Amino acid sequence: MSAAAAPVRRRRLGRLERPALAGVLVREVINFSSYWRSVTFSSTVEPTIYLLAFGFGFGALVSEVAGYDYIEFVGTGTVATAVLFASVFSAMFGTFVKREFQRTYDAILAAPVDAEELVTAEALWIAIRASVYGCAPLLVAMVFGLDPSWGMLVVPLINFVTGFGWAAAGVLISALMKSIDNFSYVTSTLITPMFLVAGTFFPLSELPQWAQTLGWFNPLHHCVELVRHAAFGFEGWVDLAHLGVLLAFGVLMWRLSIWATGRRLVD
Amino acid sequence: MAVPLAIRLRGVVKRFGPIMAVDHLDLDVHEGTCVGLLGPNGAGKSTTMKMLTAQAIPDEGELEVLGYELPGESKPARAEMGVVPQLDNLDTTLTVEQNLRVFTYLYRVPRGERREAIERALELANLYDRRDTRADKLSGGMRRRLLIARALVHQPRLVLLDEPTVGLDPQVRQELWALIDKLRSEGTSILMSTHYIEEAERLADTVMIMSHGRAVASGRPSELIAEHAGREAIEVYGPPARLREVEAGAREGGMSTRRTGTSVAILRLEDASNGGAPEGHRRAANLEDVFVLLTGEDIA
Repeated sequence: MSAAAAPVRRRRLGRLERPALAGVLVREVINFSSYWRSVTFSSTVEPTIYLLAFGFGFGALVSEVAGYDYIEFVGTGTVATAVLFASVFSAMFGTFVKREFQRTYDAILAAPVDAEELVTAEALWIAIRASVYGCAPLLVAMVFGLDPSWGMLVVPLINFVTGFGWAAAGVLISALMKSIDNFSYVTSTLITPMFLVAGTFFPLSELPQWAQTLGWFNPLHHCVELVRHAAFGFEGWVDLAHLGVLLAFGVLMWRLSIWATGRRLVD
Repeated sequence: MAVPLAIRLRGVVKRFGPIMAVDHLDLDVHEGTCVGLLGPNGAGKSTTMKMLTAQAIPDEGELEVLGYELPGESKPARAEMGVVPQLDNLDTTLTVEQNLRVFTYLYRVPRGERREAIERALELANLYDRRDTRADKLSGGMRRRLLIARALVHQPRLVLLDEPTVGLDPQVRQELWALIDKLRSEGTSILMSTHYIEEAERLADTVMIMSHGRAVASGRPSELIAEHAGREAIEVYGPPARLREVEAGAREGGMSTRRTGTSVAILRLEDASNGGAPEGHRRAANLEDVFVLLTGEDIA
C-alpha cells in the first residue's frame, strides 16, 4: 500500500465552502449521537418547567394577559426562552471547551478550513437544534389548551433565525472571555435580564417607557412577538420589522463572532 | 535539474511582545526530502510550524508552501499538506474511523473516494482492527498513529510533524519512526520538529539546528558532525576540579570541549596541536555534540 502524494494541481478554494461546512457539521452530528439525551432533556424540560410554574402559578391569579389566556401567553413566550437556552449557553461553553481544552479548533484550522467556515457551521448546527427544541413549550401548551394554528408551522423557522443569532453571540462571548469562570458575568448581567424582560411572562407594556424602549433592542422580545403572532395571527409590517431585527442581530453577531474567533485562534 | 521546494522561508520573523520567537529564519525543504528542525523547548520550532499553516502570522519575511504564498494562499496550501500536532487534539468521543471520516470532509476528499481514503489511512497506521474503538480508549502510541493517519487521509504532498514521538516509550517511538521512514521513502516531503537527537539523525535527510529563534546550522547530519565535532570524541569522567583541568588543557591543545553532566567530552581530536588527548572513553562524535557546541545548551 502506498501513501504516495496525489497528482499536483493548483487549487482554488473559496469562502464558505460546502465541504468545509459539512465537515464541521458532520463532526457535530456524530458527537451529538453520544450526548443527545442529556442535551434534549435540559433544552426541553427547563423551559417547560418555567411554562408550567408561571402558567399555573400566575395563571391561578391572572386568567388573562394582553387579551390572551395566561397559559397561552406564557406557552408562546417560553418558546423564545427555550431557543435562548438551547443556543447561547451551548455556544458559549461548547466552543470554549473545544477551543481551549480539547484543541479541536486547532486541528480543524490545520485543514483547509478558516474561522468563517468554522464559526458559521457551529452556529448553523446550534440553530438547527434550537429550532427543534424551541417547539417543545408550544407542544406542551397545546396539551393545556393552546389551539394549534397554521401559522405555527413557521415557528421552527423563527426559532432558527433567533437561534443562529444567539449561537453566534455565544461564540463571540466565548472568544472574548479569557476564562470559563467569566461567563457568569455575562449570564448575570446580560442573558438573565434579557430573558426575563422580553415579554415572555408579562407584557412589556406594563413596564416603564424606558424599559419598553430597551425591549426593542432585545432580540428575544422580537422572537416572542413573532411566535405569538404566528400562533394567533400575524400583524403585517410589524412582524416584518421583528424579523428584520432578528436578521440584523444574526448577521451582526455572525460577523463579530468570526472576527473574535479568528483573533483568538490565529497568533 | 533543481529539485523544487516544498517549503521556502526567507527572513521570517515572529514576535510575541518583547520575545523574538523566530528570528530572521531561512529554511528550505526540497520536495521528497525530510528536514528535521532540532532544538530545545522554546527554540521556535512550533511557532515555525504554526506559521506554515497560517495559525500564526509572521511579522516579517516570505513564506511559500508548495508554491503557495502564505498567509494569503494558506487555505489551498493546507489542502495539500497534513499536520501532526504536538498536542493530541483528537476527538476523544469519536471512534478511530469517525475521526478519519470527519477529516475526509475537511480535506475535500471527493465523496466517492472517502471510504477508500479511510481504509488506506487505517492500514497505513495499522489501526484497521481498532476502527470502531473510541479515541479515548486507545493507548498513547495508537493515538499518535491515529494523528498521523488523520494527517495522511487525503494523500498530502507535504507533512508537518511537530514533535511526533514526544512522551512515548522507546518501543512505540520505533514504530512511529518506521511509519515516518516509510512516508519518506514514498516521496512525501516532510518537515519534522524534534528535540530528540536520535530521531533527527535517523529520519532527516537534512537537519536544521535552531536556538532562540535562529537557525545556527543546517546540513546533513553526517556533514554537521564532521564539520563541527570531528570524527571522534573522548569522554573524561572525574571530579569538577579534574574536569576543569581537562577542559583547559584541551582548549590549549586546539580541541573543542563540551560538558555532558558528569563528564567532559573532548571533540575534534584531529585538531590536537600537542599530539595528545587525556585518557578517557573514546566514542564517535554525534549530533548532540554539534548541538551543544553551536548553542551552548544541553538538549532539553
